[in-house]
Amino acid sequence: MDFELTDDQRSLADLVRTIVAGRFPLDRTRRAEEARQVVDADDWAALGEAGVFSLTVPEDRGGVGLGLADAAVVFEELGRGLVPGPLVASHLAAGVWAGVVAAGSELPELARSADGLAGSVDGTAVVGAVRRPAVGNGGPLLVEHLASLTALVVVDPDGGLHLIAGDDLAAVADVAVPVDRSLDPLTPLAVVADLPPGDPIPGGEAGGSVAARWTRDHRVLTGALCAGMAAATCGLAVDYAKGRQQFGRPIGSFQAVKHLCADMLVRAETARAAVEAAAVTADQPDVGDPDRAAAGAAMLAAEAALANAKSCIQVHGGMGFTWEVPAHLYLMRARVLATSLGRLDALAETVAARY
Amino acid sequence: MDLRYTPAEEQFRAELRAWLAATLPTLPPKPKADDWPGRREYDTHWQRRLFDAGYAGVDWPTEGGGRGASPVEQLIYVEELERAHAPYVGVNFVGLLHAGPTVAVEGTPEQRARYLPKILRGDEVWCQGFSEPDAGSDLAALRTRAVRDGDDYVINGSKIWTSHAEVADFCEMLVRTGPEDSRHKGITWLIVPMDTPGIDIRPLRTIAGSTEFAELFLDDVRVPVANRVGDEDDGWRVTMVTLSFERGTAFVGELLQSMELLRAIRDAAAATGSADGDGGRFTARIGHLGAELDALWALTRRNVSQAARTGVPGIGGSVFKLAFSELRQRLGELGMDLVGTAGLSWDELPPSGEWGGAWAAGGGPGTVALTNAELVDTWVNGFSRTIAAGTSQIQRNIVAERILGLPKG
Repeated sequence: MDFELTDDQRSLADLVRTIVAGRFPLDRTRRAEEARQVVDADDWAALGEAGVFSLTVPEDRGGVGLGLADAAVVFEELGRGLVPGPLVASHLAAGVWAGVVAAGSELPELARSADGLAGSVDGTAVVGAVRRPAVGNGGPLLVEHLASLTALVVVDPDGGLHLIAGDDLAAVADVAVPVDRSLDPLTPLAVVADLPPGDPIPGGEAGGSVAARWTRDHRVLTGALCAGMAAATCGLAVDYAKGRQQFGRPIGSFQAVKHLCADMLVRAETARAAVEAAAVTADQPDVGDPDRAAAGAAMLAAEAALANAKSCIQVHGGMGFTWEVPAHLYLMRARVLATSLGRLDALAETVAARY
Repeated sequence: MDLRYTPAEEQFRAELRAWLAATLPTLPPKPKADDWPGRREYDTHWQRRLFDAGYAGVDWPTEGGGRGASPVEQLIYVEELERAHAPYVGVNFVGLLHAGPTVAVEGTPEQRARYLPKILRGDEVWCQGFSEPDAGSDLAALRTRAVRDGDDYVINGSKIWTSHAEVADFCEMLVRTGPEDSRHKGITWLIVPMDTPGIDIRPLRTIAGSTEFAELFLDDVRVPVANRVGDEDDGWRVTMVTLSFERGTAFVGELLQSMELLRAIRDAAAATGSADGDGGRFTARIGHLGAELDALWALTRRNVSQAARTGVPGIGGSVFKLAFSELRQRLGELGMDLVGTAGLSWDELPPSGEWGGAWAAGGGPGTVALTNAELVDTWVNGFSRTIAAGTSQIQRNIVAERILGLPKG
């Protein structure tokens, strides 16, 4: 038993951190604020080249052949850097593609093409996901990053998966109405009045192995993004508290501020431990219950990302409420990611049932 | 990251589990909570059994007579004892987790030979004399004075929060040997035999009604200089060694017990339907606490892995302590909400649906039987968790200053 990052995992994290620093410095990413298309094809391909989407795809399918624990380490870094785009969906889509091909099942032709799921492996495709609401069936609903997508995975209320790509997706995008101001200025939204049913993904029927894995890994990797964001806002708040002077001393020397920061670290560290344990449990199912671990970790990480963004704004005082200070970007992204997990209480109920 | 155990670790676990299964049924019945002589006898008997089987001081270095187990084996040890419902460390806590390790690291060869084997065998019991009425969180403000007189120190002052004082043989005591305002530069660590004339023990009654700890009054208490551990005025550094042990894996047993208690509460609620019709609120609280406990179990394994690499318990213990103590209080509240009016009584009441909040004892195979008394006890004693071993406020200062690097106030 050794629950520290391996040397390889540290190197992987460093590599991703370097790519994020080079391609996604926040002041550069912010130039796309409130744009309809935030994902840059070159940057996305660079993430693909680094293996962000193909990490857990077997090597004989063009992937890196690593585990979900390695992917979690990578996604923490992406969250820390507030990298925009449908990162989790694209990663999961690559896994679906590899799994379906490996099983020898038939996929609709469009999914096999580089425009569909196949391109998600190397980052030539941008695959998004949307949860079909329990009521209203096809719409209206909000789709994230629609203008950038080459394929869209539709997650049914029961966890079943369908795929919309090619002309079908183009038709959806044509009539979709962009939201003028989305809550997260780096997650553009479009209103889709009527979502077509899409093509069923083999194994993606409710309760199928592909669908179950999608649900679990979506929780783990979304949790990883959130854990990275919780660490980032803790760091932003601490840096500000060390530098900002009031009453002739750094505000970080006041216990009222200090204790806010300490609580941020506790939330970030427990969320990170939970997410990484969930990822390891998915890779090594004999050490625990992967579904319980994934549900609990995602819930705690989403809560940590939200609460830490809130405290980050508070520590920054009036500046924290300005557009200039990026604390709000972490807050809004946390809301986007938490929403993608569904009701957090439902995750708690899943943990309770499996405890 | 790997959460699987090696074959050697699994072997250690299997042997311990087998020994526990054979030994626990042979233990005498547990004494009542306030029967301190009985508790001493019970706890030291258990310690002797551990010693005879080679399981005393698993975390101690072999030079000190311990097993010298790896941090991972220590974790397995605590885990297996808790899962088997073995007795708690009890009155041996200070000896095994504070004083012993400190003497092992900082003591002279003579001191190690004199004190360590008797701690490990359960022959001698220790208590702690650190805090004072005017030196709690601010331990460096302590005023109990020790003055050199020939080969002795003569001690005057008072100590507070001394657990198991009535049944202890020795006290690990911090005394002021430097000038009054010397703070942490003028403190000395002494071994004080509890039968020395001049020690007056006055038990304190806790909000749980128990006499868990006492106040010590020290009037010209004479202790040989040979009982000093470390140099004169160097006791603060020696103390930091002690406290780092306390923040290691000391709470792991209670963490695992909390998981079991949570399962029992869930099963009791399901068996009686007492949480039906609340829109899933009670279930969500259970699940949330469960996720937090899982996260802290993950954090524990991370801290242990770090200790295995670096050789010392990490600062991560403060993060754990802060989160767990507050979680434990919410677990106490959950239990009180389950039992309803039965939670107004310390007396054990028969499980029934008549107590307002319906509840039942035990929820099926693999769960423990719940009593209202246990849930009341968990709730009330939870209030000490955010105070003892460093208040949550002090822990936050430690986390903010030593991990995050924020300036001292």
